[in-house]
Amino acid sequence: MSELLQIDNLGKRFGGFVALENITLSVRAGERLGLIGPNGSGKSTLVNCICGTLRHEQGSVRFDGRTLDGLIAHQRTHLGLARSFQLPRPFVSLSLIDNIRIPLLYTVAARGTHRAAREVEDRCSDLLREVGLQAKAHHLPRDLTQVEMRKLELARAMAAEPKLLIADESMAGLTHSEIQDILTLLVRLNERGVTIILIEHIMRAVMSFSQRLVVLVSGRKIADGRPDEVVRNPEVEKAYLG
Amino acid sequence: MRTPLFVLIWLVIGGVLFAVSVALGNDYVFFAGYVVLQYVVLGTAWNILGGYCGYVNFGSAAFFALGAYSTVAIYKFYPLPIPLLLPISAVVSGVVGFGMGYLTLRLRGAFFAIATLALAVVLETLVVNWDYVGGSRGAYIIRPEEIEPIGNYIRYLFLIMLLLAIGAITVARLIERSRLGYGFATIRDDELAAEASGVPTLRLKLTATTISGALMGMAGAPFPYYIGYLQPSSTFGLDYAVNSIAMPLIGGTTSWVGPLIGALLLGSMQQIATVTISSAVNLLIVGCVLVAFVIVVPNGIIGLFHTYLQRKPDDFVGRRRLDADLPGSVP
Repeated sequence: MSELLQIDNLGKRFGGFVALENITLSVRAGERLGLIGPNGSGKSTLVNCICGTLRHEQGSVRFDGRTLDGLIAHQRTHLGLARSFQLPRPFVSLSLIDNIRIPLLYTVAARGTHRAAREVEDRCSDLLREVGLQAKAHHLPRDLTQVEMRKLELARAMAAEPKLLIADESMAGLTHSEIQDILTLLVRLNERGVTIILIEHIMRAVMSFSQRLVVLVSGRKIADGRPDEVVRNPEVEKAYLG
Repeated sequence: MRTPLFVLIWLVIGGVLFAVSVALGNDYVFFAGYVVLQYVVLGTAWNILGGYCGYVNFGSAAFFALGAYSTVAIYKFYPLPIPLLLPISAVVSGVVGFGMGYLTLRLRGAFFAIATLALAVVLETLVVNWDYVGGSRGAYIIRPEEIEPIGNYIRYLFLIMLLLAIGAITVARLIERSRLGYGFATIRDDELAAEASGVPTLRLKLTATTISGALMGMAGAPFPYYIGYLQPSSTFGLDYAVNSIAMPLIGGTTSWVGPLIGALLLGSMQQIATVTISSAVNLLIVGCVLVAFVIVVPNGIIGLFHTYLQRKPDDFVGRRRLDADLPGSVP
């Protein structure tokens, strides 16, 4: 399998604080990668640098054979990168179905896939059905529960028909069965060929999902390998248990 | 309803309105009606940026005045008929709108509002010091008495503003129902999430400032002919800025209907107050009505209807919009 995402020597500072330092990481097409690390270790900063929300000062990010440096967030989305946000950020004045419609109108359409209004409508409904939110299609996001909000967040990312989906803590604060729901969703997506990076604190979820595990601590990558090996790594144990 | 039908219906309504005004036989109706219609255009234009995108523009007077002063500048050179002045003013104000957008759109909330207010001050200073358009003395425009075949010139101006108002609400309605409208709504709600969904936010915001500015400029283009004597301090006056914000807020900002209702309501109230009480009481009325609405009906009259019909009102009007919501910190 070929490399889909290639991060080279990535560095990011906030003033004097080094948030990320020399991160080198590659993700193969079709892979399920888990990214873990204690709070403040730079996971979300890394996501933001990959997706273009933040600009990194050092190193480069390549995706699908082209370099992303200097591209604005929406251009990266058009290339096939999608993300969900750690705290769900729905479009609060739009109904659920319209929330899903946005990536279809702006990302999928920008790739030259023309769909008639009717088809867009059907596709939105399909996506909502897939995450089990079809009953609330015409509700506003404020009517949703926390788990539904996260499902909406994922559905909106899926609507962009990405090659790579980065799920940033999409399970925090959910119950056991809710976590299972989301995991099932992600695995199904991966089976359809979408590469997934899962950022998560809930180890049980990460361990069952990931084919490979990467650990960030204080902005540095300290481990990268098979999940069962990585969690036995003394450095990782030290970072987590002190 | 399809757009041609929509336009046709409004042309019929406009035609009836014009016929009734003529039948009343009093030209004051046209003088008053012109101002109300002018506010329909200004309110609708403001709402494209303020209501749809959530960027509060306090510089409406600047764009309006730009349109008016474009007319003056051209008049001094060679008087052109008003239908030709409209596109020129639209281009001038549209270009300035684009420029303002490019310079200020990194700001949000109160900061954007202050920047737009500053634009009005800067442009006023420019005009005051530009002798060609009259400088601080102001400029006289001789309005023709009559125009064939409409008759009195004020009726002609009224008719132009009527068509412009129909044009403005048609544009607003088209935007609302298009891809652009969805894009604007995402900008209003959450720009980070919009970018992540593939919405080119900067380009859309520039589109909004340009369209909004161009419409305001068009509203200002016939104004020198209406007023006869154009003075910087009144053309750049606070009335325009405040009214073009207050009217959409009172009507409701999520739909083209809001600014229309707001402008008709508030504009007519002001015209009636001018005649019956005094012209100075205008802004007081706006202030009181606005305060009352923000407290009692924050979603405007449209929102009231939505609530009444047991539907979900769009959760984003007035109160929250005026807050200085800073760009969310990146998690």
